[in-house]
Amino acid sequence: MSTETGQVHPISLYLKIWGLLFILSACSYAVDYFDFQGYLRWFLIITFMWLKAGLIVSIFMHMAWERMALVYAILLPPMFLMVLVGMMAIEGGYTTLTRILFFGPGSAPIVH
Amino acid sequence: MAQEELSPDGTAVALRDGWDGVVADWSADKQAFSVPWGKAMMWIFLLSDTFIFSCFLTGYMTVRISTTEPWPIPSEVFALNLFGQDIPLILIAIMTFILISSSGTMAMAVNFGYARERKKVAILMVITALFGASFVGMQVFEWSKLIEEGVRPWSNPMGAAQFGSSFFMITGFHGLHVSVGVIYLLTVAFKVNRGDYEERGYEIVEITGLYWHFVDLVWVFIFALFYLW
Repeated sequence: MSTETGQVHPISLYLKIWGLLFILSACSYAVDYFDFQGYLRWFLIITFMWLKAGLIVSIFMHMAWERMALVYAILLPPMFLMVLVGMMAIEGGYTTLTRILFFGPGSAPIVH
Repeated sequence: MAQEELSPDGTAVALRDGWDGVVADWSADKQAFSVPWGKAMMWIFLLSDTFIFSCFLTGYMTVRISTTEPWPIPSEVFALNLFGQDIPLILIAIMTFILISSSGTMAMAVNFGYARERKKVAILMVITALFGASFVGMQVFEWSKLIEEGVRPWSNPMGAAQFGSSFFMITGFHGLHVSVGVIYLLTVAFKVNRGDYEERGYEIVEITGLYWHFVDLVWVFIFALFYLW
């Protein structure tokens, strides 16, 4: 399917993915429209987001047909961003707690 | 699927697949990626852009977690009054569908490029650019609406001040990417139509497509994490 010069795939495949992306976007919009809350909302939003991202990268951007050397060179580095996200989530939680502790209602006045 | 490459003496040699292929491609004294150099460069540029947007989104996550003020509810902030009732997030939903459609026409343009039907390529790329321009137009509308409602990068009447700074920085940077993409698309479409690539081949359309799909990809994350969360 892939040649030295480029990626050629049937248009029908692109149209199917286009349709799927439409459906997935409609689903994620429905999550908001029907006002799902809590963990169900998070789960649905994140699931639809990764499904859409996966379809765009693998089919539209042809990652599914590229050689592994290129796929790993491009897709592996962003995985490490999860470490940053994890650390910043912990940091953010800590900041909230200290803000509540020092500036929230009932917090002790600061004595110099 | 096994690809082949030409060895220095001109005979075809089968490339290895899987991890063997990764090791062979990286360790051999030759180019690591068997794609046109422009495509490899575009991918590496997009990788760096991924890090920029990830930093913005992570920063947004951090300020949103750490603020003790209530976060404005995006569903209400971005609601539009249509046909006498407030429809939540409707403009953002339309923008999402427009960007996805532009990705679809772009994918088809790539296909027609390799089929060497350059008129169709140019038309489809111009349609893609028009979708992109209308996306930016809606974003301008959204920005002016929010600015009118008193949202600023340092404060807003709905709640946490960090909402404004996150919003303007993330959507602004993305909108800049879309605007640049529209110019890029129109430039390449013009050159395709003029026949500049008849001899060199149409990889450039696929490379332009990579950039455009990336802009759509980033919007997927912004839509989910900023507007829906």
